Formats: sequence, C-alpha cells, structure tokens
Amino acid sequence: MPDEIDRRLIVATQAGLPLVPRPWQALADRLGIPAAEVQARLAAMLASGVVRRIGAVPNHYALGYRFNGMTVWDVDDARVDALGMAVGALPFVSHCYRRPRRLPEWPYNLFAMVHARSREAALEQVERIAAVLGSDCRGRDVLFSSRILKKTGLRLTDG
Amino acid sequence: MRPPPDDLALDAADRALINALQGGFPLCDEPFRAVGESLGLSEGEIIERLRALLERRVLTRFGPLYQIEKLGGAFVLAALKVPEDRFEEVAALVNALPEVAHNYRREHAFNMWFVLATETSAGIAAAIEKIEAATGLTVFAFPKEREYFVELKLDAG
Repeated sequence: MPDEIDRRLIVATQAGLPLVPRPWQALADRLGIPAAEVQARLAAMLASGVVRRIGAVPNHYALGYRFNGMTVWDVDDARVDALGMAVGALPFVSHCYRRPRRLPEWPYNLFAMVHARSREAALEQVERIAAVLGSDCRGRDVLFSSRILKKTGLRLTDG
Repeated sequence: MRPPPDDLALDAADRALINALQGGFPLCDEPFRAVGESLGLSEGEIIERLRALLERRVLTRFGPLYQIEKLGGAFVLAALKVPEDRFEEVAALVNALPEVAHNYRREHAFNMWFVLATETSAGIAAAIEKIEAATGLTVFAFPKEREYFVELKLDAG
C-alpha cells in the first residue's frame, strides 16, 4: 500500500506533471526528497498498478473521435465473463466491464466503450460486438455522449 | 464545458507526440529530452508543444494516471434520468461535487452519466446521498463487478 510520501507524490501530480526539463527533480524539490526517490516510487507504483500509466490523456473530441458510444448488453450471467473477455479483446473497445442490472429500467450487465470518427463507424463497431455475442445477446443499446459536462479525473485532498 | 472546435489544426509533430506520449513516459532525469530524441524534436519543442496542447484542451492532462481502487478508494459509474427542462440546473449541482470526476450527457432516458471517485468506498454512498438530496432525483449506481479490459489509447492520425 502507498505510504504517506506516496500520497504526497500523488497529490502533487494528480493535476499533471511540471512541464520543465527535469520534472522528477521539480517534484522532489517540492516534497523534500531526492529525485531518485521520486523515480523509484513512481516505478514501484507502476509495477503494483497504483499508477496505470504515465502519459497524456487526449480529449476524444479534439482528436476527431466525436462518436463515443457506451454499448450495453444483456447477456446470461453464466456466460458474461467469457463474453466480456472476448469483447474486451476487440481492438476498438477501450473499456469493458460487467456491471449490475437495475431492473426494470436497466436490463444490461455488460458495458463496452467504443470510439469512432463517424456515427457509421461507431455503429459498425457495435455490430462487430453483436457478432461476438451472437445468440447470447438478449438485449442491447448504445448511448452516445453528446456533451462533456465535466472531466477532471481523480482529486485526492491534501492531508 | 463544450467540446472544442472540430478543426484544431494538429500538425504531424503534434500527432506523433500525442501518439508517443499516451504511456511509458520515461522515469529518467531528462524525460522530455529522451522523448524528443525518439521523435527528432528538441526538449524545448516537446515542452512547448505539450503546453500548447494542454492549453487548447487537445489533451486534458499529462502525468501519472492513478488507479484509485489500489489506494483503497473507489470509482463508481452512476446515472440520472434528468427531466430535459432541468438538465442545466442538475448538471451544475452534480458538477459542483468534487467527488464527480467525469460527467457526460448521453442520448437516452438515462441522460446524465458520471463517475464518482472517492478516497473510501463509504464516500461513494455519501456522494450519492448528496446528489439525491440536492436534485430530488434517484441515482442509479453501476459499480463495476469485473473489469475485462481498460486501455484508452486513441490514434491521433
């Protein structure tokens, strides 16, 4: 588990890295530890999965991916894990999860996100998922995002 | 927050930089210089381009992406069915909570989908209660039961 220094490192980097030639040194100066320790702690958090990756988060819309669909599927609970793995393996699926149904309003238990530059391309991706699910699919829908209302990511409080 | 305009005039170097920086930013002393060497750009040019891409919101952030569950925290997807004539009001109420990390309008009876990110799993229930009290609407929570795949990498072309 991350310790207090890791936590301070997370708070210092959650809004982004300093854009200076030596960003790890800049963080180290702020935290009062050596740069090598910042690097080692981030490497350890990458290895343990606390850090998923270090890099840029693109705005889908800005890259032309204006058709972001949350595809949702009602599949047999006994088959959902095998099917979820197969859907997650499709190259255009960025996230794939099993989630609870909320009956009667919401019968879907498998969620897969697709991203495309046209509605046609997105709908073609939806059909490719449907082909993987075959007769195990009892119901489906796709919810396109039409506005980003907020996007800030994780915010731990300082303390 | 509206999507940025369609034509953001990304040049070939911007596109190469975005593709190269979606993961694996080096943990060496001068990481921007290392990235620049692999792309044939100077360290200063990498930093200036990144700054401009962040300012123009082509990139929403640059740095480590944390998996909050590993810190004992929780991420939960949740949705609301918001009456159209209350949409802006409810969006403002929901967005005002620091626990709301992302919020999207989607075209469906469930028209508002947001992610709650809290440091403890108890924080999720508290945030849901706050939203229900503030809006008078029922929050439908969809905690993930299993993750099959997560790898958000977009080709900048």
